Amino acid sequence: MPEALAATPADFVTAPISLRRRITDYLATGAAVSAVIMVLVPLAAVFGYLVYRGIGSINWAFLTQTPKPVGEAGGGMANAIAGSVLILLIGSTVGVPAGIGAGIYLAEYGRNRFGDLIRFTADVLNGVPSIIVGIVAYGLVVLVQKHFSALAGGVALAIMMIPTITRTTEEMLLLVPTVTREAAYGLGVSRWRTTLSITLRTATSGVITGIMLAFARVAGETAPLLFTAFGNQFWNWRINQPTAALPLQIFTYAISPFDEWHRQAWAGALILIVLIVISISAVRIAASRGMLKGAN
Amino acid sequence: MTGPQPVEPMEVVAEVQSAPLIKMGGSLWPDRLFSWAMLACGVSVLALVGLIIFELSTKSGLSWHAFGWRFFFRSEWDPVNDQYGAFPFVYGTIVSSLLALILAVPLAVGVAVFITEMSPTWLRGPLAFTTELLAAIPSVIYGLWAIFVLVPLLREYLQPWLAKYFGWTGLFEGPPYGIGMLAAGIILAIMIVPIISSITREVMTAVPQQQREAVLALGATRWEMIRTAVLRNARAGIMGGIILGLGRALGETMAVTMVIGNRAEIAKSLFAPGYTMASVLANEFSEASGDLYLSALVEVGLALFLVTIIVNILAQFLVWTVTRGTPARGNA
Repeated sequence: MPEALAATPADFVTAPISLRRRITDYLATGAAVSAVIMVLVPLAAVFGYLVYRGIGSINWAFLTQTPKPVGEAGGGMANAIAGSVLILLIGSTVGVPAGIGAGIYLAEYGRNRFGDLIRFTADVLNGVPSIIVGIVAYGLVVLVQKHFSALAGGVALAIMMIPTITRTTEEMLLLVPTVTREAAYGLGVSRWRTTLSITLRTATSGVITGIMLAFARVAGETAPLLFTAFGNQFWNWRINQPTAALPLQIFTYAISPFDEWHRQAWAGALILIVLIVISISAVRIAASRGMLKGAN
Repeated sequence: MTGPQPVEPMEVVAEVQSAPLIKMGGSLWPDRLFSWAMLACGVSVLALVGLIIFELSTKSGLSWHAFGWRFFFRSEWDPVNDQYGAFPFVYGTIVSSLLALILAVPLAVGVAVFITEMSPTWLRGPLAFTTELLAAIPSVIYGLWAIFVLVPLLREYLQPWLAKYFGWTGLFEGPPYGIGMLAAGIILAIMIVPIISSITREVMTAVPQQQREAVLALGATRWEMIRTAVLRNARAGIMGGIILGLGRALGETMAVTMVIGNRAEIAKSLFAPGYTMASVLANEFSEASGDLYLSALVEVGLALFLVTIIVNILAQFLVWTVTRGTPARGNA
């Protein structure tokens, strides 16, 4: 007797949803979609305009010459590109080992209160505005040396790299199963050797990803270089001298009133983005092919 | 490079045979040295933060003794007569950051809702990646773009329109320069959207699937499900993401310096130029002559540092309250 069943499950499912609720649902969906569009528009605008203005302005002179005096056409940012490379090298030389070491400490020795303190401090350091890091590097290096220098810029960037590398290294090392470590201990391998040759080596690609994130983050940093590396119109390869840097040069040119310099600022910005993207993808390709497996 | 695979196991085998026999006892020192070296690296993180606090507080002592708390409520900034008050910078920092939040929060939450709850699966990855890409663009490039694209757009279109229809509020008065508080707020908003939206996505993903299913089973529409099951459960974490965005906006330097106009004035209109704590450091620090001038700037830096630290700690705590139950993910 089907009539006896007063309400089948189908009756609940087809119970009408009121018009008001349906309209609200459509409106919410529409709002979310338009939010996505409104976020993608500036992204496309920034990238599109960057490529549009940048491509036309990059030429051989730009890549090989130093800046010309105001009013003269031509010249380039070769010294700024070289300066950025120098500062980033100094920053990585200091920041990468320290960051990896701190990450190893947290993962292998720091499962305690003291480790928590360091973990927390690293997160705090990560949130410090870059301009503040610049002030500190100024006090530490520039005031001691009595002049602006590439070294000071490198130190500022290193301070910014350390917390990122520390936290990612720790996380990647923790992903390595304990069994792997125990297997090494069981074979009589000492603890330091296990950490370096087994644990760190297993986590290499993840650790490199962390380094590359930190690198990409500091490569475009301008604020901490303003009063550390300071900028320079000429070539400089000495680490105790003021040095030009690509982001600094872009800043100086962007706020200048000259069209020629504006053009070069766009070219510099495009180069900066390309440098960041290239360094990221090169490391990623190398890591995925296992070329860096023995690097430690 | 032809056959790296077979080589590695052989090395290990060699070690198995030699290591335990040779290293019976007496091999503690290398281990100890290594752990000390790693400890030193870990302590260096503590030392860095200690160093920042030390540097900032000692170097700002002069200004602190000269002005005390009044420093933050005085409006004159006069290097010639050695009179310093940071109020215009504090005001500019707060207004530009709040403006950025007002613009960015609805967009960021909308993007996060779309990516986690509405988007077809194939679109999810690319969309998440693209919004994250916004975070990889250096600040100085945002500033460059803002000077040559955003500011002219504001000057020609948005500002006249706002002045015409909303001029009565007093927020949109005066000559439309383009450069000013409004431009700074908009560029900051673009820069903090990825942060807020990635945190929001993280906490929304942490909401258990059963919550969604339960609400849907009660006959809720999709939006009702998102509102009652997802957003309500994740609200503390979303708040954390918003505060994290605020922290970034407060300390953001280059892009703001390039478009805010850099004038230590307090005006009601958002069209007027302003100045922020980070920009005054960027512009004046390397030229600061005189001990009190430098000290006053460092004190601005100290205040900025303390505020961003407090904001960040609060944000991390809020995010943690939502995500603590879920397994750790890639990005902490």
